[in-house]
Amino acid sequence: MKILVAVKRVIDYNVQIRVKEDNSGIVTDNVKMSTNPPDDNAIEEAVKIKESGKATEVVAITVGEEKAQETVRKALAVGADRGIHVKAEGILEPLAVSKILQKIVEKEKPDLVFMGKQAIDDDCNQTGQMLSALLNWPQATFASKIDVKDNKLEVTREIDEGLETIEINVPAIVTCDLRLNEPRYASLPNIMKAKKKPIEEMAASDLGVDVSPRLEQLKVEEPPKRKAGIKVANVAELVQKLKNEAKVI
Amino acid sequence: MSRESMEYDVVIIGGGPSGLSTAIKLKQLDPNINVCLLEKASEIGAHILSGNVFETRALDELLPNWKELNSPIKTKVKKEKFLFLGKTKSLSWPTWLLPKVQQNHKNYIISLANLCRWLAEQAEALGVEIFPGFPASEILYNDDGSVKGVATQDMGVDKQGNKKESFEPGIELLGKVTVFAEGCRGHLGKQLIKNFQLNKGKDPQQYGIGFKEIWEIQDKNHEEGLVMHTAGWPLDNSTYGGSFMYHAENKQIFLGYVIGLDYKNPHLSPYDEFQRFKTHPDIKKIIEGGKRISYGARALIEGGFQSLPKMFMPGALLVGCDAGTLNMPKIKGSHTAMKSGMIAAETINEHLKENKNLSIYEDKFKNSWLYKELYEARNVKPSFSWGLILGIIFTGIDQILFRGKLPFTLRHKHADHETLKPANEMPKIDYPKYDNVITFDKTSSVYLTGTNHAENQPVHLRLKDPDLPISYTLKKFNEPAQLYCPAGVYEVQRENNINKFVINSQNCIHCKTCDIKEPSQNITWVTPEGSGGPRYGNM
Repeated sequence: MKILVAVKRVIDYNVQIRVKEDNSGIVTDNVKMSTNPPDDNAIEEAVKIKESGKATEVVAITVGEEKAQETVRKALAVGADRGIHVKAEGILEPLAVSKILQKIVEKEKPDLVFMGKQAIDDDCNQTGQMLSALLNWPQATFASKIDVKDNKLEVTREIDEGLETIEINVPAIVTCDLRLNEPRYASLPNIMKAKKKPIEEMAASDLGVDVSPRLEQLKVEEPPKRKAGIKVANVAELVQKLKNEAKVI
Repeated sequence: MSRESMEYDVVIIGGGPSGLSTAIKLKQLDPNINVCLLEKASEIGAHILSGNVFETRALDELLPNWKELNSPIKTKVKKEKFLFLGKTKSLSWPTWLLPKVQQNHKNYIISLANLCRWLAEQAEALGVEIFPGFPASEILYNDDGSVKGVATQDMGVDKQGNKKESFEPGIELLGKVTVFAEGCRGHLGKQLIKNFQLNKGKDPQQYGIGFKEIWEIQDKNHEEGLVMHTAGWPLDNSTYGGSFMYHAENKQIFLGYVIGLDYKNPHLSPYDEFQRFKTHPDIKKIIEGGKRISYGARALIEGGFQSLPKMFMPGALLVGCDAGTLNMPKIKGSHTAMKSGMIAAETINEHLKENKNLSIYEDKFKNSWLYKELYEARNVKPSFSWGLILGIIFTGIDQILFRGKLPFTLRHKHADHETLKPANEMPKIDYPKYDNVITFDKTSSVYLTGTNHAENQPVHLRLKDPDLPISYTLKKFNEPAQLYCPAGVYEVQRENNINKFVINSQNCIHCKTCDIKEPSQNITWVTPEGSGGPRYGNM
């Protein structure tokens, strides 16, 4: 079994996001970037499945600018066997990325495609679902547990009501939740070894995919500042304010 | 427990200006020297904080074509101001009356973090292997006592010290020479100085704490290339310190404050002095209507020549501010740190090729402009122990008339942890409330640093005696850690009438002030898990 894992380079989750002064986007210059956190879970799970003997190869893929390759390198350092970097500049929408992944799947013929449930930068939560539709493969989203059983997967999903366990046929798409596992650290010797693992590079245009955005971004704004709290004199005033001003009771 | 080990010709600890310059120079001298560089931050630059007005002298020697290499050195200093602040008024000091070392017209306003990111690119292109996210936590010694290398921090250990499922043991990096370039108060450098008695016969090291904020200000208040320094208010005559304000590109200013850690009053809060400073009419009018976008703090070296330890030992060298090469009257340490690294590289090259003793580092150092600079600057900082006014008068005589050539050397008498007076003998200071426009509380400041430490790991701020903060330091000094820490790591909480000392180590921005100023030297800063600490952008 072969597993393809898609990883995305995003602004590190600890960084305070700052909106550009002209509202045209967010500041990314000299900002610490990292792998999208649930993508780390996706890689970890794929590597675990390989270590358990149920998969033979883990291929990490990213779509994005030159520096996005760092995320593939990191995936190689924690156990992926080889990498693919599809180069593309600018804003990449989920549809463009899923079309690229479709082409790669047709070429690589993996049995499973893993990725994070959503990226923490645009929060779209669409790429996995779109890829599933494009390939006409079954999908399991928000996976917090994955059991590989012959040609089937038993997947536990994090849903609003609790947990849902489903069984799907392979080949399949799985998008991973943060609860799925605890990603391992990349050790120094493994980072060294990862530098020697192959990464195949290509341009999005080589695959015949038009990545130009379908959406027009009008402006990016900071969320409104939280107003300072007030002190109320007694419970009666609190109830009155909750009823009439906040209108929550 | 056996750990994996990797061998290199040279292992460098720390990806700041000194470590990166050592690495680059080594590769220039001989591309076949294997060099690896460890950095505790998540990426190069993320733990770098500095003013910074940059003198290019060392860089001109290291990478003479830096202007063609797309370096982040762009904003030339165009204008200078020096103000003495009173509470509401200020007196402008003509810059031609400043000592030559304090004149900046040939220098550039830069972000040192960005310079380091760029230097790291140059180093990697030359074949240096750089590993961010790997703190060196332990010095390894050979049987003969010489330094063998370092071990990196174990990852995946819980609060109690047990291995978690994700445990990944540290590895040993062995070098023919190990270069310690951790910056001011490096936790391994501190051990080396003690073990090899490198500071024997030297004055106690002196430190300061430096704060920096980046503000995006209104166009009308911005003057790209303007460098302004102040002395005076809000500090009293006996406290050493001052401010900087550098007008950088993109309508940004780098605004900061430095306070000598030899201050005496335990009620003094360096953080609040900086916040209060911003309310001075001459400062407020510039930042008003602007927005604060970054905050950070870091301890810096102020001891200079008299406190500079021996920088070589068997198997290892100290470079930059891990030793203490900052030039205090110049308020610059980047070019001196870089130069010390370049001299270290020449030393190592001769050591590897011709088997010369590492002690040649000292001779090379003495024959360099770096030594001359530090020698001539040596009397400025100690003269301020007589107070601001006498310090300025003496500095004028020493630096302008004699250009640092007076035939005597003033001494630093006390280490910074010895200078606090008992709390009940010193006046309390009433700091104004934060307005959340110009001045801010510590919590919202730390928020801007992007600081994070993985949860459930051992506390990396260790107490030698866990009872001392409450039983002694609180009673005698009102536990000044609550005030000198710029990140709100230390708190004394009262529960059921019992005082409890709390360490919020996840807030730590790795400034090292507690390790320096704690009156009983009861706090030891050690490396947390890799990538922990701030994620500074262009500081």
